[in-house]
Amino acid sequence: MLVALPIIGREVRLASRRPMDALSALFFFVAVGSLFPLGVGPDAALLTAIGPGVVWVAALLAVLISLHRLFLPDLEDGTLEQLLLAPRSLTGIVGAKVAAHWLLTCLPLVIVAPLMGLQFGLLPQAVGVLLLSLLLGTPTLVLLGALGAALTLGLRGNVLLALIVLPICVPVLIFGSGAVSSTQQGLQAGPHLSLLGACLLVAGVLCPWAIGAALRLAVE
Amino acid sequence: MFSGLSFNAAPGDVLQVRGANGAGKSSLLRLLCGLLPAARGSVHWRGRAVTPGDAALATDTAYMAHAGGMNGELSVNENLRFALQLAGGGASPAHAAHNDEVLQRLQLSAQRHTPVHRLSQGQQRRLALARVLLSRRTLWLLDEPCAGLDAQGDAAFAQCLAEHAARGGIAVVTTHHAIDTGTACTRTLDMDQLEPHAGCPPDHRP
Repeated sequence: MLVALPIIGREVRLASRRPMDALSALFFFVAVGSLFPLGVGPDAALLTAIGPGVVWVAALLAVLISLHRLFLPDLEDGTLEQLLLAPRSLTGIVGAKVAAHWLLTCLPLVIVAPLMGLQFGLLPQAVGVLLLSLLLGTPTLVLLGALGAALTLGLRGNVLLALIVLPICVPVLIFGSGAVSSTQQGLQAGPHLSLLGACLLVAGVLCPWAIGAALRLAVE
Repeated sequence: MFSGLSFNAAPGDVLQVRGANGAGKSSLLRLLCGLLPAARGSVHWRGRAVTPGDAALATDTAYMAHAGGMNGELSVNENLRFALQLAGGGASPAHAAHNDEVLQRLQLSAQRHTPVHRLSQGQQRRLALARVLLSRRTLWLLDEPCAGLDAQGDAAFAQCLAEHAARGGIAVVTTHHAIDTGTACTRTLDMDQLEPHAGCPPDHRP
């Protein structure tokens, strides 16, 4: 039987018991994105220019704050040891956990993002590209962030997590906001989206394996 | 942490690990189940040296740590179902019946829909034991299974251990309680002296 289904089912059940854990990233995203128009002032041209970058940075930070507790509860209650000892592929287990986290915390954020784009006065086609770029980019962010979470597991405070993860997320941020900006300026978004897809493929292959190795180290 | 330790266990053996706090009892179990790599020396299972993450060892081993491995938000049933799915067990009617029987035996039947964080420490220990029983593994590695158990729980645990040994299973248990496993071949490994007191011939390979 596939190992992913029980793991995703468990995460969904846990999220339904504590909906705020999953939804706090969404609220953070909306709050940060809404603060910029208030802070910058009603200059429509300026808001449109900074919109793609702001939405993408807000998404990156929202993903980051949600990752701190990705493996921590499992470490504390001993589930992580059982996951590591299970006669299953650790890569599969880790992949399922990351996928569940993306479904529960990032997908709501991606769905709300077009509203955020409209708030900054982006063109309809740019809003579409924003949605597409987040769909391609946030799984990469979660994979990279989960690697940071696994590496810093058991350490106090989550500033180190941010310091490790933020620099390696820069390419995704550049390609993601670049795709939206170019559409806004009437250019092609294709190259940026292709690069985002390439980032996702590389992260999808390497990260689950690296996260598994980091988790093994964390329980030693 | 410790060195100069060598022992064998054969089918039907129950090995009790004793030792002062900090002597390395828990580390020994983590080493045996493959969570810790040995700095020097090796662990052999079925005649083959095993390393952390070994699949053959994983399919034979049930490890019960200090932490029960149960999520506090989920109910007893939900936790057990997840643990069994993870271990590769099915959800057939036969399994369900066995499930009921084990919960009844450990007096957890009334709590099956209770979130685990509402259980007492002893009940959480029983639940961790239920996971080990339901996993139907050959090698049990139990870290302080009796901590927090009442007299009845102790008796139920000893009986489970005896039945496991009678089926040809192996158990390595860290506890300070005397374990009454009846006819099972019980040996004691004292981590303070680092020489197993042989109650059984020590020439078996696991």
